[in-house]
Amino acid sequence: MGVLGCIWLVLILVFLYAPILIMAMMSFNESQFYQLPFKFSLDWYEALASNDAIKTAAIRSVLIAIATTVIATTLGTAASIALFRYSFPGKRVLQVLLFPPIAIPWLITGTAMLIFFFGIGLGRGTPSVLIGHVALALPYVIVVVSARLATFDPTLEEAARSLGASSWTVTMRVTVPWILPGIIAGGLFAFAVSFDQFVVSYFLSEPGDATLPVLIYTSIRKGFTPEINAVSTIIIVISMAIMLLAARFSNFGGDR
Amino acid sequence: MAEVVVENVTKSFGPMKALDNVSMDFPDGGFFALLGPSGSGKTTLLRTIAGFILSDSGHIRIGGEKVDRVPVEKRDIGMMFQSYALFPNMTVADNIGFGLRVRRVGASEETRRVGEALELVRLSDLAHRKPSELSGGQRQRVALARAFVTNPRVLLLDEPLSALDKALRVDMQIELKRIQREIGITTIFVTHDQDEALTLADKIGILKDGRMVQAGPPRDVYDRPASTFAAEFLGEANVFDGTREGGGLRLTDGSLIALPEGSETAQSFAIRPENLSLAQEKPNGDGIGSLQAQMVQRVFAGAMTTCVVELSDGRRMKAIALDRDMPHAEDGSPVWLTWKTAQLTPIGSEP
Repeated sequence: MGVLGCIWLVLILVFLYAPILIMAMMSFNESQFYQLPFKFSLDWYEALASNDAIKTAAIRSVLIAIATTVIATTLGTAASIALFRYSFPGKRVLQVLLFPPIAIPWLITGTAMLIFFFGIGLGRGTPSVLIGHVALALPYVIVVVSARLATFDPTLEEAARSLGASSWTVTMRVTVPWILPGIIAGGLFAFAVSFDQFVVSYFLSEPGDATLPVLIYTSIRKGFTPEINAVSTIIIVISMAIMLLAARFSNFGGDR
Repeated sequence: MAEVVVENVTKSFGPMKALDNVSMDFPDGGFFALLGPSGSGKTTLLRTIAGFILSDSGHIRIGGEKVDRVPVEKRDIGMMFQSYALFPNMTVADNIGFGLRVRRVGASEETRRVGEALELVRLSDLAHRKPSELSGGQRQRVALARAFVTNPRVLLLDEPLSALDKALRVDMQIELKRIQREIGITTIFVTHDQDEALTLADKIGILKDGRMVQAGPPRDVYDRPASTFAAEFLGEANVFDGTREGGGLRLTDGSLIALPEGSETAQSFAIRPENLSLAQEKPNGDGIGSLQAQMVQRVFAGAMTTCVVELSDGRRMKAIALDRDMPHAEDGSPVWLTWKTAQLTPIGSEP
């Protein structure tokens, strides 16, 4: 790689991470008004610990993310195995229809969901948020698990059946162990999609029932405090850790 | 252990008939080969017996019971796959014990039977290895042990030795035969290798284009092929055909050859390459047939030499003999192709 290439790479990284780094730095700065020189302090993190609104929202976000992960991973894995194992009329169409939700802007999806949930009488609230998150996370799980399944030898399932295993046993003892890295990666993606979700949550949550990103947004509108920097920094650390783990498990397409 | 009977089984995939009214019975405890070129339907037949393929019509019976609508996992079979299909996440012992765990035989019973199976396939030291740490021959034996450890009613082997190199294959043929004799389970295997079928099987079924061309003990099928296809596929027999004239056969090149007694109206006769010999001089004597031919090619392969000669109508014949018994004729030089008339075998009129 030439010198120009190196400079280009550095510029990209600066572009991507500089705002985040500045925000993280300011969360450790004593001054409320972003004044320099930088003086290290954990005041904002302490303030966070006594801020009940943020704590409640954080717990709600984590709970919703966990529920989304469990539901989306289970459904997504089952769907992937079904798509892998059986052929049925309309299978291709179904597979193709799984991808657009990833590309459709969340703003549009969120609006559509809001209209839909009011239309069926469910309205706003945590159940709607959860269903919305599962719907958003599902395609990611299916894509990641299906990629792993593509490396699975279906003869192994035949071998297990010939040895007397029922289709449930075949799935649990032979298929799932092989695709487990994909399931874990898919689950981490689902968690990240839900935990970082703002638009759909904002549309579907009731006032006073906000998830963490929604709460951050509403706080910013009232006035910007380094407390928000602190909580954002925590979210970034968690999200990046999850994404790195997911990348490790999914190996982004390669076999391990 | 059980007898397997295939009765008039037909299976089509779209317009293609993969199995066309196939029947064959596999008596209890025997070792059977389904032989045929690729696309002949032999694997389809094996998979139909296993239950992976449901036939359109006809019946499969295992131990007298009709299993046409019984799913694979309830047929009580053992199957060994061409790719072995060992579970990569399990050790050798866990692979072999899988069928026993599914049957809930209990841990101590499982350990005992897996131990016995490992001993039978001579892999006791490798029980805790993963399949990825084994050689091809070892994997093959793990796959075999896994298939028979549950003591199934029938053992089905799909091209069991094809993934091995030639030297290992011969060793494993002997192993396979020994193991089959010891466990005594009715065993059906698919192969495209005629030597393998002749070496291992008590009975061979030859398939072509989804039809059972001939079934019988290897020696019968070898000595008395029912069709030109069977004759040529099994042992690469040479075939003389022509029209009957008096007690002889008029070949297309115009020469008349004598025929053995009792050949009735057959118009095709097979003779094995090892029953043809070559001579520099025209041989004489009762019951000896001969034709003028031209040496095309000599293929030296250690003890045996194969010679290809061409008759005057362009038909090629193959003769195999010990190298010292072959005349040292140059390629292109004239030789006499000779045989004993009694060794000509009439073959059926089937294609």
